[in-house]
Amino acid sequence: MKNSLKVLRAERDWTQAQLAKELDVSRQTINAIEKGKFDPSLPLAFKAARLFGLSIEEIFVDGE
Amino acid sequence: METDKTELSAWEAETVRNTVRLGFWTFAWVLSLAIATFGPMFIWESGTLFSVLAIAVNLVFGVGMILANKRHLQGLDEMQRKVQLEAMALSLGVGLITGLAFSTVDIVNLINFDAEISHMVILMSITYAISLAFNRRKYQ
Repeated sequence: MKNSLKVLRAERDWTQAQLAKELDVSRQTINAIEKGKFDPSLPLAFKAARLFGLSIEEIFVDGE
Repeated sequence: METDKTELSAWEAETVRNTVRLGFWTFAWVLSLAIATFGPMFIWESGTLFSVLAIAVNLVFGVGMILANKRHLQGLDEMQRKVQLEAMALSLGVGLITGLAFSTVDIVNLINFDAEISHMVILMSITYAISLAFNRRKYQ
């Protein structure tokens, strides 16, 4: 699953550690999600969407 | 968003507390196991009430360790939990399959030494450590 987490984070000048802290996950998890190596659960995706003020579909895109 | 890098979030602090708690219970369990095992050799005579008490204490600490481990797992984030559970599942499977096979070759006298449970524990620990390292690398 592709996502625009890295772009959204960069636009706000946030580090992975800062985003991780906001989402209550580890920095390694943010890194894995950004690289597409780990797909977040629905609750975590909703949390990220709320944080960025976007819908889930605007951040996460289905597809290989 | 200005977040102090050195300040732990509530989730991070809870994870640290859970890890310390798990470390304490693991240490207590290992220590009580050593006392139950070596006590009859060096501290008291075997077959006494002390041995029963030492084993009972070991079991109680074992339950504490299991609960602390469960709490630790529940406190991890979803990727960390996945990594841990995959490593645990693999070590359980390897331990069960090879443990029973090892026991069988002992029963049918294919080996000239006794199959000890400690062999299985060592194998499971090595499997868990390798699997954990592999899974962590997979998500890097």
